[in-house]
Amino acid sequence: MKPIIRIENLSKQYRLGTIGTGTLSNDLKRWSYRIRGKEDPFLKVGDTNNRASKGQSNYVWALKDINFEVNPGEVVGIIGRNGAGKSTLLKILSKVTGPSTGRIDYDGRIGSLLEVGTGFHPELTGRDNIFLNGAILGMTKKEIRSKLDEIIDFSGCERYIDTPVKRYSSGMTVRLGFAVAAHLEPEILVVDEVLAVGDAEFQRKAIGKMQDVSRNEGRTVLFVSHNMASIQALCTKGILLRNGEVALHSDISSVINEYVSCNTDIDFRTSYVNTEKLQGEGIGIKQVYYLADGVQVDNIMSGQDVDIVIHYESSSSSGYMNTLVGIYNNLDEKLIILNSDYDNKKVPCKREGKITCRLKNIQLVEGQYSLNIQLSNATSVKHIKGVINLMVEKGDFYGNGLIPTINECKFLVNQEWYS
Amino acid sequence: MNFQNTILPSGSLFNLRLKEIWKYRDLLLLFVRRDFVAVYKQTILGPTWFFIQPLFTTVIYTFIFGSIADLPADGVPHSLFYLAGITAWNYFANCLTTISDTFSKNSSLFGKVYFPRAVTPLSIVISKLIQLMLQLVLFVLVYVYYIINGANIAPNITLLLFPVLVLTMAMLSLGLGMIISSMTTKYRDLKFLVKFGIQLAMYGSSVIYPLSEFPDQYRTLIALNPMVGVIETFKYMFFGVGTLSNGLILYSMTVSVLLFVIGLAIFNKTEKNFMDTV
Repeated sequence: MKPIIRIENLSKQYRLGTIGTGTLSNDLKRWSYRIRGKEDPFLKVGDTNNRASKGQSNYVWALKDINFEVNPGEVVGIIGRNGAGKSTLLKILSKVTGPSTGRIDYDGRIGSLLEVGTGFHPELTGRDNIFLNGAILGMTKKEIRSKLDEIIDFSGCERYIDTPVKRYSSGMTVRLGFAVAAHLEPEILVVDEVLAVGDAEFQRKAIGKMQDVSRNEGRTVLFVSHNMASIQALCTKGILLRNGEVALHSDISSVINEYVSCNTDIDFRTSYVNTEKLQGEGIGIKQVYYLADGVQVDNIMSGQDVDIVIHYESSSSSGYMNTLVGIYNNLDEKLIILNSDYDNKKVPCKREGKITCRLKNIQLVEGQYSLNIQLSNATSVKHIKGVINLMVEKGDFYGNGLIPTINECKFLVNQEWYS
Repeated sequence: MNFQNTILPSGSLFNLRLKEIWKYRDLLLLFVRRDFVAVYKQTILGPTWFFIQPLFTTVIYTFIFGSIADLPADGVPHSLFYLAGITAWNYFANCLTTISDTFSKNSSLFGKVYFPRAVTPLSIVISKLIQLMLQLVLFVLVYVYYIINGANIAPNITLLLFPVLVLTMAMLSLGLGMIISSMTTKYRDLKFLVKFGIQLAMYGSSVIYPLSEFPDQYRTLIALNPMVGVIETFKYMFFGVGTLSNGLILYSMTVSVLLFVIGLAIFNKTEKNFMDTV
């Protein structure tokens, strides 16, 4: 099949630091080289773009020799850590900035949803802004007029449509902006983190619209997000960027797995120790770890029994201690809530104590999880996010060696079949 | 494989991309509307401000330059003479100051979505044109008032040149403005120059002082300012006094066309990477 986008040797160089007289002298040098018909001297230097490490040169490559093709109708998720070059790539695709070297060929129009509501004028009404924003995104007046009712309906801001946008809540502004952009009909749609805002209802609507765009209308979408759950729900293919280079271009689940595994290596911990003494009022979490059969463990297997042990200290010793544990998967979706109230146990609060929660026959598939813990008594609350990780390995849950993988499902349930 | 579109590192300097701008004409008109509607929102006097500003400036000039300094005005009533100069000069100056800020003012918009950037300065020229038309109404009112009161002035056939004058001013401010805005994306120095440069240039043109009254040795120097030809012609077509010369107006037109083409080329070249330096 003929690709709809082809990117060849695309690179983008940025200069670090501030712009001053040093820049002027570099500019003059560059200019003198060009007059003599030579290549730009500064395009030869430059480090790969690693945000964290100190480099040799003042020039870095935000993107270096990117090559890939996208076929029509594909929804491609572009993932990578902060500074990996995702947004730079989208910016070049949407022509906001130009590449330093290389070329991009594509068919049709590229429409971008880099940030919704761009170009809204606060003094103009919602209706006026629909026209203005639509035109900025490349629609003609006629196109907008034919879709006006649909856009207003989708935004859910009908009541406010003749009120200046400056009176809108930020959520409403985003809704209106997304509504306009969602009715744009380019052959290629470029989307950057727009779903992070808006309430749950709107997010569902937005994801649904994007699925529509790709599945039913067969358009090509490039999608950047840090929300792995929405990437997995929307995308068919994935591209993993690392330090400005393509690390992996494959189907979406293997790209997500690669991203998640090399991402969590940095601080994956299976026990938590806090030696600092509690200052003043409150509750402190001293230690968290796992026990299996009375032994501290790092990994557990599906189907095993595991104890989550929490050592705490508290400034008051009256009343009861309520404990909440949330278990999240690597897409940051909350899978399980453990609550000491569910077990009808009133745990008296002590100055220093230990709480254990036993999970029987753990029903999670293999994978990496993280835990949020919250302790509360009558006077104070202590909440720690991602305090500890949990590595679940493949276990023989059903006793016959058969088990689904993390890409297929999230939970395992004991089952009996009859006929 | 053949593709419809291509993105390359740097475009050619001589591709003015007028076709692409034409495709975005709806946006151009919406920008004009936005600029015009939004300026005086939440003001009580609203568009009346378009009249107040030139009116008060004229009163002050008449008082200082006319009554106190007693400068010559080619036999035209002082207030009318200044109003004519201010009306024309304001259009040019307003366009130029606004356009020369294009990239820095709109960087948040330009940083997120692509459209031919030249649409923005073009929209400014057009929305200021509406402002000019309103101020011309004021001028004509004052003009008619003086004629009725027996001032020795009369319009003449050169009035037909009026659209040419407006076009010359528009292209001049577009060209200069686009050059300045392109250069200020990286180095902000020019921005300071523009502010008082325009003010100084007004005194160096024939807004306050008729060209014919300048001493001979300076007249050529003053006439180098392309706005002089425009203002002199403007005054001639309404008052029948002042300097009308083909050379002067042709010079103004040539300079403005040249500046416009150069400006558009530089502007188009800058828009590609200005986000990295602004």
